[in-house]
Amino acid sequence: MRISELVSKTGWKVTTPGLDLEKEIHGAYCGDLLSWVMGNGEPEQAWITVQVHMNVIAVAKLREFSCIIIADGASLPPEVTAKAEEEEIPVLESGIPVFETAKILVEAGV
Amino acid sequence: MASILHERYVVERDDYANAGKVSSSIKEKLKLAGIPSAVLRRIAVAAYESEINMIIHAWGGTVDLDLMDDGTVRLVFKDPGPGIPDLEKALTPGWSTASEEARNLGFGAGMGLPNIKRVSDTFDIISSPEGTTLTLSFSAANA
Repeated sequence: MRISELVSKTGWKVTTPGLDLEKEIHGAYCGDLLSWVMGNGEPEQAWITVQVHMNVIAVAKLREFSCIIIADGASLPPEVTAKAEEEEIPVLESGIPVFETAKILVEAGV
Repeated sequence: MASILHERYVVERDDYANAGKVSSSIKEKLKLAGIPSAVLRRIAVAAYESEINMIIHAWGGTVDLDLMDDGTVRLVFKDPGPGIPDLEKALTPGWSTASEEARNLGFGAGMGLPNIKRVSDTFDIISSPEGTTLTLSFSAANA
């Protein structure tokens, strides 16, 4: 599924609207401990997290995630959004808990 | 074996905001050099974890990157201290001495060195109060 299709289905907020949303999502990884995410995430996954600091962008880029989905009502500070745009990492905000976010991804066929 | 590409990077102590910058530079440099993406991904994990360790646990340090003429990538992370008091524990998954500040940012899961060891083809670590040197290599043939 493409990121743009997920956005259409869910109505989740796109924090980085200027970025390419036609990237494919293949699976997802949920986690807030960065070493677990680095060690266990896979390229092209959507990464669901509540971490919103600068290092999230570095991890997503190095791990080659398709996008980041910020859950549980958290949102990126402006400087982190700017970094995501610079590094071309699309970021969405689901506004709902991690479990619910993951459930919707599963139901959407990710 | 001779080095056909050499770079040196500096990592600053407690510089959480720039964590991952050196690892990204290393990955980009090696991508341009034609290292296969599966190998690059292993290098990215090891470089990031090692860089984070220098920021969180050490007083900064240097990273030397060498691409050898047989395609092997060598990374040497060298810091000036304070050293790892118990290497065996540091290599145990889940064991961490990270500060509260680091943990709040999602670091300190105790998976750094175990992750590095898992993704590297060779792993050598020497530590004393005067500093830690971590030498890793990655074979381009082992994609």
